[in-house]
Amino acid sequence: MLDAQQLWSPIRLTLELAAITTVLLLVVGTPIAWWLARSRARWKEAVATVVAMPLVLPPTVLGFYLLLLFGPSGPGGWIAPIWGGRTLAFTFEGLVLASVLYSMPFVVQPIRNAFEAIGDRPLEVAATLRASPWDAFWSVALPLARPGFLTAAVLGFAHTVGEFGVVLMIGGNIPNETKVLSVAIYDFVETQQWREAHILAGGMLAFSFIVILTMFVLEKSAGRQRQ
Amino acid sequence: MKQDVRPIDVALSGQLGSFALDAAFNVPTHGVTALFGPSGCGKTTVLRCLAGLQRLSGRVVIGGDVWQDSDAGIFLPPHRRHIGYVFQEASLFSHLSVRDNLLYGAKRVKKAGSPDAGGPTFDDVIDLLGIGTLLERATTTLSGGERQRVAVGRALLSAPRVLLMDEPLSALDRMTKDEILPYFERLHEQLSLPILYISHDLSEIERLADTLVLMRKGRVIASGPLGELQTDAALPLLSAPEATVVLEGRVAAIDERYALTELTVPGARLIVPGRHGAVGDRRRLSIAASDVSLALSLPTDSTILNSLPARILAIEGDTGAPQVSVILALGADGADSRIAARITRKSLEHLRLRAGDTVFAQIKSVALVAARAASAADPGEHQ
Repeated sequence: MLDAQQLWSPIRLTLELAAITTVLLLVVGTPIAWWLARSRARWKEAVATVVAMPLVLPPTVLGFYLLLLFGPSGPGGWIAPIWGGRTLAFTFEGLVLASVLYSMPFVVQPIRNAFEAIGDRPLEVAATLRASPWDAFWSVALPLARPGFLTAAVLGFAHTVGEFGVVLMIGGNIPNETKVLSVAIYDFVETQQWREAHILAGGMLAFSFIVILTMFVLEKSAGRQRQ
Repeated sequence: MKQDVRPIDVALSGQLGSFALDAAFNVPTHGVTALFGPSGCGKTTVLRCLAGLQRLSGRVVIGGDVWQDSDAGIFLPPHRRHIGYVFQEASLFSHLSVRDNLLYGAKRVKKAGSPDAGGPTFDDVIDLLGIGTLLERATTTLSGGERQRVAVGRALLSAPRVLLMDEPLSALDRMTKDEILPYFERLHEQLSLPILYISHDLSEIERLADTLVLMRKGRVIASGPLGELQTDAALPLLSAPEATVVLEGRVAAIDERYALTELTVPGARLIVPGRHGAVGDRRRLSIAASDVSLALSLPTDSTILNSLPARILAIEGDTGAPQVSVILALGADGADSRIAARITRKSLEHLRLRAGDTVFAQIKSVALVAARAASAADPGEHQ
């Protein structure tokens, strides 16, 4: 009586959401992390704080404000008619945007740390070897920060997979659209479908274990390489 | 030394921590110029400003190329300056192999299509530095000395107009230094590239430098040919206990029977124990002031081989100090190489020595500071 579709849909949706979010986060988070690592602006710690806020905010708070922002009566509602679309609330796109904000600190922080660990010297060396700042970023800073990027990608992906509060607030519970794993588990428990809940929850347990183990192993081998 | 029409011309000023840096010097675009001074006197800042890594107001002109002129609003960023920079630590890129490290700058120079400066080729450089066997290695597996040699090679291959070296040996132990110095001497011998070399180690400077820029507390207190500054009474080099003068000599003859080498320096012939090179080879000699004593007549019953006529140019020393420094010019007419002698005030008064007197300088020991070409050909045999 096990409905495979019922199980598979939230898994697929979750993986899609996490993958898209991670890619977007790497694209958006890298310049932010670079700026935070290299800038001498006095207000950069304020920016860092804003980026890190989701670490301590209850996810429902973030979800609440995003809902106001995206909803029909918020700015999202005013802008939506311009492209004639729906508002972002209760859509997959809205979930992606919310996840990007929610998982931002988990991506920005490791990348920032990696950039800071490189220090000025390799970039100075590159400059004395005729590399423009842009060239040095791609040919020196990025490759040297690689372990940081791996950590960031793993953490960003895993954290997005595990979100619940934000999803519930802004995505609702629409099958095939916004009903991700964590919400599905909640649903199965509510309706006393223990078997389905067990499969998904057990899967998540294994997933988390593998993610964290992978990270530790990666960090260890990166540390060895650096010596 | 002939006047250089397109010298290295530097004038920089600005606040630097607790003191004001105000350094200006003008040195030739050939040979090795050493920036010498105590730690924290601003040497590294000057070098970083030359490279454009740091910015103070002033002027940096290298052989006619204006890299910085604050009055004209010119400041080239480091990647547009044709420099090679060797840092204190080798700072190799750990994500690249030795070969890719070496080629990092070379590739970019090629891409930029800069006119070929006629610099050394890849093969020349790996030969010169003896790094041919390291090419495919990861940088993390190299020893300290190997890393620094690769760093020098990497800088050389970026077709620099000038090589800047910031205490490249200070992070290395004594043995590794001795292993590397012959390679540096070889650079000096075989490349026409001017080198600006920072050091606070006099022995390195005696081996490598042709020109000296003396710095103290952010200022240049003197600059000029090494030998001249070493015998300048106004400078601290002469009054230091280890005061030494470096002379450039040429091998004139080798006495096979007694295993002695005779070298000529302007105004004198000096004898050094051991067989060194072949007739005509250039050698650098150093004579410590404390190894030179003076006599009024030519001693005939002394074990000292080098007793040379010399003229006293100046006598320096505080009244009351037990010892004084005597600056001498070798040769009967007193026009040639200068050396210094450290003698007691008692002897000075006893012999009634005065500036202008002709004396005999007895040199107890003459050291070859660098075996130069010979050791460069086989650095392994350098002791």
